[in-house]
Order: sequence, then structure tokens, then C-alpha cells
Amino acid sequence: MNRVTKLASVAAGIALAATACGNSSTSTSSGSGSSTDWSKSTSATAGGGMDALVAAAKKEGSLNVITLPRTWANYGKLMDDFTAKYGIKITDANPDGSSGDEITALQHQKGLAAAPDVVDVGNSHALPYVSLFAPYKVATWSDIPDTLKNSNGAWYGDYGGYITIACDASKISGTSCPTTFADLAKPANAAAYKGKVAINGDPTSANAAFSAVWAASLANGGSLDNIQPGIDFFAKLKSLGVFNATHSTESTIEQGSTPISVDWEFNNSQYAADLKAKGITLTVAVPGDGLYSAYYDQAINKYAPHPAAARLWEEYLYSTTGQNDFMGGYARPAEFDAMQTANTLDAADLANLPKVTGTPQIATGAQLTAAQNTVTAKWASALG
Amino acid sequence: MAIATDPPRTGAADSALPRRTTRRRPRNLGAWGAVAPLLVYSAVFLGLPVWALLYQSIRRTDPATGVTSFTGQNLTESWHGIYLTAMWGSIRLSLLTAVVSAVVGLVTAQAIAQSRGRLLKQAVLTASGVLANFGGIPLAFCFIAAAGTAGEATGLIRKIDPGFALDTFTGLVLVYPYFLIPLMVLTTMPALDGLRRQWREAAANLGGSAWDYWRHVGGPILLPALLGGFVLCFGSSFAAYATAQALTSGTVPLITTRIASVLSGNVLAGQENLGMAMSLDTIVICALMMAVYLPLRARSARWLDS
Repeated sequence: MNRVTKLASVAAGIALAATACGNSSTSTSSGSGSSTDWSKSTSATAGGGMDALVAAAKKEGSLNVITLPRTWANYGKLMDDFTAKYGIKITDANPDGSSGDEITALQHQKGLAAAPDVVDVGNSHALPYVSLFAPYKVATWSDIPDTLKNSNGAWYGDYGGYITIACDASKISGTSCPTTFADLAKPANAAAYKGKVAINGDPTSANAAFSAVWAASLANGGSLDNIQPGIDFFAKLKSLGVFNATHSTESTIEQGSTPISVDWEFNNSQYAADLKAKGITLTVAVPGDGLYSAYYDQAINKYAPHPAAARLWEEYLYSTTGQNDFMGGYARPAEFDAMQTANTLDAADLANLPKVTGTPQIATGAQLTAAQNTVTAKWASALG
Repeated sequence: MAIATDPPRTGAADSALPRRTTRRRPRNLGAWGAVAPLLVYSAVFLGLPVWALLYQSIRRTDPATGVTSFTGQNLTESWHGIYLTAMWGSIRLSLLTAVVSAVVGLVTAQAIAQSRGRLLKQAVLTASGVLANFGGIPLAFCFIAAAGTAGEATGLIRKIDPGFALDTFTGLVLVYPYFLIPLMVLTTMPALDGLRRQWREAAANLGGSAWDYWRHVGGPILLPALLGGFVLCFGSSFAAYATAQALTSGTVPLITTRIASVLSGNVLAGQENLGMAMSLDTIVICALMMAVYLPLRARSARWLDS
């Protein structure tokens, strides 16, 4: 082998080894230099006050978030405004990932500088993983309803919504848009709705689809302890020819494959706003017979590389601005009731939310697990 | 590598040192040396993950106590109930689409190989290279727009099969060949190119018909490549998941969507070890496939070596 080839292969080998070794690096210490170790603080006051928190966060300078799509519940605006206000750069890893991906990241990226600082997961992934989270109570802790938070502060609901039925009337001929689950299953409507009703994915994998099945169950004699009627309902829709197993997205609604979409209100309302610009009118209705809502939960990584910035982010999300911004994204903020009493709800954002009458029930951890197991075992065989 | 030799000594003036008569042998690593980097790479990037899968699949964390222990429960669970249905569904879908794609791909490749246009051949090969990797959500949406409930071509398809729906097993059998046929064309085109026209003429000279030619000459030569293409299509179809998930939302049970919903879903939590067990099962299925394929291939190529 001549000298040039030898040199080239040695150089390539070094470069390969360098890239392999250079990616992961252990995180440096929190770098705050001050006396507070923010990774152990359970509230802003315990750590020395909001000003100390802001100063420490600014010193850290960056925040790692994960699986936050910019168009989901107005996260784009929230992230931009946070960066503008505090000068803290936000890095969003895997924006289209799932709650499962977030928990996996927490478990496997412990100690890395790129590990997520905060997570936004569904209830199903918050309740079993309390040991991964650092307890922290935001300044407005008492405004969050008790049913929506862990008593120690491990996780706390941030926003949620009801399951709604969105409908593009121009693609339905012969009858009006459905406003309840009963409308969907009426044989008289079957011809008009043929192949048009869809949910947001696979109920064993997508929270929105799982919740749609549960809402259908509540509308058909089921309860939070019994999701089987929901599976039976969708099997009935399939036998009527009305159910379309395609994953409904804004594109499929626009294209006309899934003009009736059973999804979270914040998704359906966002689609309605986006499609209005394209001349398509989507009406969003909260079905009175199947009132199901769920909230997503915030939590701070116990081993967050930027503990002060993580805590400041939580304070921001639970401030009046943050909670109103969730409404701007068509989601219901967790502190809705308290803010309504205190009259701090932004009127323009409030107009985004459809009117709802009735009180929703929130499922417990045990009910969630039981329902998940039922759906996993029965969905494919009922609808196959 | 420099070969160390002493310069030949001239004259017998120096008799202090004995004369070197043999050249020093260069260190020769041989075949193992050449393949060592590949072996190391495979061991790290293929072997280690399989080992990790194996390890994770026999572990389980008790949700009540939080204690992690060794158990065969995950592996047992993955071969029962909905997971067994899903595995069987995947195997059926993969076999069916692989057979369809193999046949159509072979015919297409033969048509292209026979054509005189160089540009056509080049264009088809390039397009095949791209389309063989075109899958997932974009492909799903293409088919929704073409053959979904409001699809452009749905009316035509329903003339042939009135009960057709894209979100069923049949729909998937329609969608998968879109990337499997190009894969088949890519893998069999070189073999088809290798079939000389002179052999066809020789067979005709000896009184053979087209069928005789393919049965005794062309077929046996192509068989190893055909088998290889079929196995590749099977593997590619078996591993596809995003397309199926977008189109059927779990109503057609497939092992890949099961693994995805357990490992990276938004509903099921705490069952990652079950997902690892299912992944291990897919490796077992692939190993079984190879166990059938390798002897077949060896047998079909045997006469070529003699």
C-alpha cells in the first residue's frame, strides 16, 4: 500500500472514531455558581424566590424540550415568547414523537447534556413514571384542580380538551353534520356518512384515538371502568360502512377522505382555523352524550441538565400568559376554573373554545390501565 | 508495506556477519485481516442490539414493587393472543405481497432488460432505486388520495371489486407492491442482463421452444437471484409499519404496529420489555426464513459451480 493510501486510511479511522466518541458528553454541573441547587428545589420560594430563579435560568441559557410540535396547543408561540422574554434558547428534540419516546429519552439519556429538561406526556405515561420526575410546585399551584395533579408535585396537568366531532358539511350530502355519537350510528345516516368517519390513529397507540373510543363508550352505556361499549360502537360503525380506519389528519380532511373526524377539540379547532383559509368550513361540536376529557401533564426531569430553566419554563406555562396561550391553541388550560373566577381569561382566546355543558370525569391510573388492556386485546378483532 | 531485506552483499570482504540468505516474510493477515473491519462493524451495530434485545426481553419490572427480574413471561405473552394474531397477519401479508411483487417484478424486469432503449433501462433502474425506499406516510397519503374513500381511482377499482376499501388487508396488499416491485426489479435486473441472447438462439437451434428455454436454461440460471429477490421483498414487507399504521390504524393486526404501539406510543406504558420480546420474535421469523432460503439457494446454484 503506498504512502498516500496509508495516510488516508489512518485519517479516516481517526475521523470515524472522533465522531463516534464526540457525540455524547456528560453534562457539566448546573453552573449556577450560586448557593441554590435548583435541581433539588421544590418551588420557586424554596429556592430563593422568582428573581433568583430567573437569574439562574438565564445563566443556564438553554432549555431542552421534547416532542412539542409547534402547531400543537400553541407551543410554537409559547416557545417563541419564552425565548423572547428570558433570552433562553429552546431546543425541541423529535417534535413529532410520542409520550413513549419522551419517557424513553428520560430513561436512557440520563446524564447527557441533550437530555430533556421537561416533558409533556399523557396521563398514561405520567402516572407510572413518578420516579423519573422531580417534584416541583409552581407559584399558581393552588389554581390547578386536585384531580389534575400529583399531590407531591411530580406531575401536573397543563392543558386538555374534550373529544369533539368535526365535520365538513360540503362533503356530506343528504343529511346534516353529526353532533353526537348517536348521530354517527343512525342507520338513516349511513349512506351519507359512508366511509367518512375517522379517528386520530390507532387506539392502542394514539391517545386521541383511545380517548375517542372512551368517549363513545360513555355515550353508549359504558363508564370509566368499562370501555367495551366504545369498541362495540366502532365495530357497529364499521359494519354500517361508516367507519374509515385511515388516520385522520388535516390533509385527509382537506382531501375529503375523512370529513368527519373524532379528535381532541384542540386538534379539530386548529384544523378548522387552518382550513378556513383554504375555503373549507369545519364545524366542531362537543358531543353531549359522550363527554370525555383528558389533560396532558407537565413534569420536570429529575436529572435535568438545566434545572433552573426547566422550573422557569413551568412557571411560565402556568402564568396567566401561558395558560391563555394554550387557549389560543384551542386547548383548555388546567387552571381554567380558577382563572374564570379571577376573571383573568383572555376574552379573544376564550372565544376559541366551544361551549360545553356538563362536568367531565377524569380517569384514575387503575381505570386507564384496565381500559388500555381491553382495547389492546379487543380492537383488532372487533374491527378487523 | 515495505519488505525488509538487506541489500545483497557484494564480495566476501565482510565475513564477520553471516550472510542473509532468506528474505524476511511480510506479515500477512490474509482474508481475515481484510474482513475484520466488517466483522467489527457488524458485531457493534448488529450484534450488540440483538444482544440488548435478548437481554431486555427476558427482564420485567413488577409495577407494584419496582423490582426488575428475569422472566420468560414476555416471550410467552408475545406468542399468544393478539400478538400471535399480529405475527401471523404480518407473515401472511409479507408472503402474499412478496409473491405478487416477485412475479410482477420479474416480468417487468424482463421487459426492461429485453428492450433496446438504453435510456429506458437507465431511467427504470434509477426510478426503482428511489421508489424501493418510498414508503411510510407519504406513500400512505398518495394512496389515500388515489384509492381512499374520496380517491380519484376508487370508482375504477370498485368496478372490479365492489367491496374494496383501502383500510383493509386487501388495501395493504395493493399498497405494498408499490415499493416491493421496484426492489424486485433492482435485484433481478443484473441476473436478467446476464442471460445471453446466444443461449436463446442455441436452444432454438437445438429444437427447443420458448418454454423449453426458460425451463432448462433461463430458469435455473435466474433461480438464485429470484429467490434472493423474494426474500428481500419478504423482509422489506415484514418490516414496513408506518404505511400500515397510517392506513389501517391498527384494524389489520401486524406485529410491527404492535411493537410501535408498545415502544413508542401514547397509550401503553411500562411494556417495553414486551416490545423487545416481540422484536426478538421477528428476528426468529427472519432466521427461519433464512434457514429455508439458504439451502434452497445453495441447491439452485449448485449446478452453476460444477
